[in-house]
Parts: sequence; structure tokens; C-alpha cells
Amino acid sequence: MKVLLPEEQIDSFKARAAAIAHPHELIVDLLRAIQSHHGWVPDDGVLLTAETLGVLPIEVEEVATFYDKIFRRAVGRRVIHVCDSICCWSTGAEMIIAHLQQSLGIGLGETTADDAFTLLPTCCLGACGDAPAMMIGLTTHGRLTPEKIDETLQRERAAIAAEFAK
Amino acid sequence: MNAYPQVLFKNRRPGETVLLPEYEKNGGYQGLRAALQMTPAEVCELVKDSGLRGRGGAGFPTGIKWSFFPAEQPGDKYLVCNGDEMEPGTYKDRQLLLADPHQLVEGMAIAAYALQAGVGYIFLRYAYEDCSQRVERAIEEALAAGFLGENILGSGFDVELHVHRSAGRYILGEETSLLNGLEGRRPNPRSKPPFPAQRGLFGRPTNVNNVETLATVPHILVNGSLWFHSLALNPESAGTKLFGLSGHLNRTECFELPLGITLREVVEDFGAGVRGGKKFKACLPGGASTPYLTAEHMDLMLDFNPLEEVKSRLGTAGVTVFDENTCMVAVTRNLNQFFARESCGWCTPCRDGLATISWLLDRIECGQGTDQDLAMLKDQVRNIRGRSFCALAEGAMGPVEALLRLFEHEIVDHIKQGGCPFKR
Repeated sequence: MKVLLPEEQIDSFKARAAAIAHPHELIVDLLRAIQSHHGWVPDDGVLLTAETLGVLPIEVEEVATFYDKIFRRAVGRRVIHVCDSICCWSTGAEMIIAHLQQSLGIGLGETTADDAFTLLPTCCLGACGDAPAMMIGLTTHGRLTPEKIDETLQRERAAIAAEFAK
Repeated sequence: MNAYPQVLFKNRRPGETVLLPEYEKNGGYQGLRAALQMTPAEVCELVKDSGLRGRGGAGFPTGIKWSFFPAEQPGDKYLVCNGDEMEPGTYKDRQLLLADPHQLVEGMAIAAYALQAGVGYIFLRYAYEDCSQRVERAIEEALAAGFLGENILGSGFDVELHVHRSAGRYILGEETSLLNGLEGRRPNPRSKPPFPAQRGLFGRPTNVNNVETLATVPHILVNGSLWFHSLALNPESAGTKLFGLSGHLNRTECFELPLGITLREVVEDFGAGVRGGKKFKACLPGGASTPYLTAEHMDLMLDFNPLEEVKSRLGTAGVTVFDENTCMVAVTRNLNQFFARESCGWCTPCRDGLATISWLLDRIECGQGTDQDLAMLKDQVRNIRGRSFCALAEGAMGPVEALLRLFEHEIVDHIKQGGCPFKR
């Protein structure tokens, strides 16, 4: 099974938790670290977080399930968040979303069969001057056109193939 | 092109971030040096005199907020920077942090001194990883130079700053929800009172300010309150403001402009007019929760009080423009869907009321609306207002109320024609 988080990172979180008065404040950091390493946060990730910080699993779960950018279900290698809020909507987000769905062959909330991409709608990304926009991983892509989306997806596919080859 | 005085954007160059040597060369950290020569109470007084109002949307006078803070109370006290910036149409704080992040670090050091709060948290939204990295680098530079840490500049005052990376959800911009988020609790809002100044982060006195507000403070310390007043075109107001333009404009960029500039100048000069030579129909003057302005408001000053006089708000000054072919029912439906989806679900008026409004606006936009739906829409607005636990649902009512007040005829046309008149 894939490792949730390397031992040295777990130890580092344990040391930080021991040094502060309120270990709960590290819950989001640790969930994000697990997600960054493992891709998403399975039940074992919630338990690992609770154990590492010395808090209750329910205290972790009630935080994990609140945030839309903590994934409690499996996602593809790349998560595409496409903005559907007002500035992007007014500059053609509906067309952009349709193009993404068509290019990937999936609907919103779905993952491609090869586990490469998950497509999710999101609220405003703070890129309103560069609308329409999407975010892949933690990188924002603005002033989208169908051509620009095709180029970006192609680049990401090549990067994913290189990751698998390693 | 922008001949107005540049304060927050004076060092800004596209695609670059100002590092400490350049920031200091252009007068950086002189505000902190000046503050440390004054008493904390004198710093608060200066900020109060400057007329600075909060740049995060509510516009509460910053110096007055600080004067409520129990700076002399012993024990832990906290300063929190709200960098959630998730209201659609708002992207100014990101531009500021990408260009010149030391302004925030210096502003927080000054505020921490004025409030005698030795620990500061900078809360940044998930999508702003680019900002988080720049702010962390600025903190490292400031620590190494002695502007942060123990005994800053030999003053005997200690201050430490931490960056908190969040994980989504608009509600975290609500200050008590944000505090729960920082603590690692489920971030539903808290009931007020007690206000954060009494019982905030970890139950201790806490002051929360927006990124742009804190970044403005060093400039006031250096140049004084009279100078700050003189920046605004509206003689009753003070300062410049970051305006983020978006929607159907030829130029959708972020500009630093004087408060009191007219909507016409923003749209026609800075936005280079409406796209495709079309006519201006309406705009959100300051983010998704601010009631619409229309063509009749073109010569109105964009500022806190003038906008309240026409039942709108300056909000975050993220100006989103809609052209003459835009369906305002569809715009409002999109805005309400945002608020309905981002509701934390804690209270019924917000959780169920916003969903009901989405359902009604869907029916009307798709041509299934009836006169009863219009009556029910009005009823929902009346019953949600003033009855929700926090300000989210109150903000959501901004565009819905403005749709009913300014564009009821468009709703009626949808109902009469059995469809959207703009989709022909």
C-alpha cells in the first residue's frame, strides 16, 4: 500500500505538536501534507493525523469534511478546479467547462478512467482579472480558451507519464 | 496611464516580487521605526486620525477597532491577518502580496506593537500558494534583518508571525469562522458577543484585519494622517484603494485609485470601456455581496458613504461589469448559487433559504416561473434578512434585493414570456 506520509515528516509533526499548547492547530497542515504525498486523505489518514497530534479521530474528521480542498475520496493524479463564479461565468465559463468535460470525457465530479484527472467545479479562485480561470493542483491558469486548455492538458499528460516512468 | 498617487503599488512591476533590499531602499520599514519611537496608544491614535477604514469589505474604521482592543491586559494576545479573499470579483490582496509582500509584514509588526499582541497569524486561502511562498520569504528576510523576532530594532518588543495555509470555503473569511479554522476546529462561525477583541483565538484577545488594511498602515506612520486624507478625491474620505476590475470590460486589471473616483472614470478610463462597444448595464461595485449599480450611477463616487446612500456598498472594490445583453436574473442566480454552495449549513435561514432562492431563480430563468414564485422570492428575502447566524446570508441578499429593486421588470418578462428574453 502507498505510504500516507514519510516517517520523518510524521516525526516532525509529532515534535511540533509536543512543542505547542494547542496541537489541534496542526490538523489542517497535517491533512494537507498527507494529501500532498498520498493524493487524498483516506480513513487511515484521519487516524494517522489523530494519532500523530494526540487528538480524537472525530476532531480530525469534522475538520477534514468541512473543507472542499481536502479530498476524502480518491482523486486522479491531477485535480482540475474550474471556476464557475460570476467573473468567469460572465466571460464564458460555461463553454470552458463544457470543453474540459468533452476533452477529458468525464462530467464534473468524475475521474478519468486512467486516473489522470479529476474535474471539480469551484468557487472564485481570485483570478477575476484573468477570467475564465482554472486551477490544476496549486497552479492557477487564466485567460482560458479551448486551445489553451488543450495545450495545458497535453503538458500535464506528458508530466504524468514521466512521473509513472520513474 | 495611472497618474494618481501610487502608495501600495508604488514598487509594483508585472511578474516580479519586491525583496527586502529594494523595499528598504524605497522607504520600507521607516514606518515601523517611526512607530517604535511612539507609545502604542499614540500609534492607535494616529491610525484613528488617518480615517483608514477596513479594506476587507465591511469598512469599519481601523483605529476605532484598535481602540477597543485591551492592549494593556497581560497574557497572550493575537493579531490575525485575514487573507481569505474568496468573495467572487475580489483579487486585490493577491496582487498586493505578489508584488510587494513586505508591506504586510511591516504593517503587522506595527499593528502588533500598537495592540501589544506579540503573535501574528497570516491566514491565506488554498488557492494563494503563490502568495504564501512570497509572504514566508518576506518573513524570513524581516527576521534576519531584526524587523521581526525578539527585541525588534532594540525596542524591547517581541513579535513573531506565522503563515496558515487554509483548505477552501468562503465562510473562513468571516472572522470568527477564521479563528476556528486557525485553531483547527470545525470552522462554523461563533456567536458574537463575545467579540474577538475580548475572546478570540484560543480564548484570548484577538484583532483581525484585512491584508490591504494592514499593508496601508506603514505609509500612514511615515506620511501622517493629513497626507492620507489628501489622497482621496472625496474630501470626507481618506486614502487610496485597490480596485480589481472584471467582467465585460476591455481591460480587467487591478488598479490603485483614490477613494471617491467616479464609476464612469473606472469603467471608461481604467476599464477602457465595455467590451465589443456595448453599453454598460450594471455592475457589482465591490464583490458578489454588494447590490448592483446601474447606468444612472455612473457619476457616483466609489467610496464607503456615497455607495451606502444608494443602497449599495463599496465592499472590497472588486468592480464586475455587465453589458447590455446580460440577463440580470441569470447573474443573480449565479451569485446566489455561490452563496448557497458556500453556506456552512449551521443556521436554517442560510442553509435552507439560499437553496430555496436558487430553486426559485432556476425556475424563473428556465421559463417555469410564476407570479407566486416572484412573491415567494420577495418573502424569502424578507425572512432571511436579519435572521441568520452570521453575515454570509445577509451578504447573499445584496444582489437578490437589488434584482427585485432595480430589475423586477426582467423577472416579470421571464415569467410572461416563459423563458429568458436574453436567449433569443
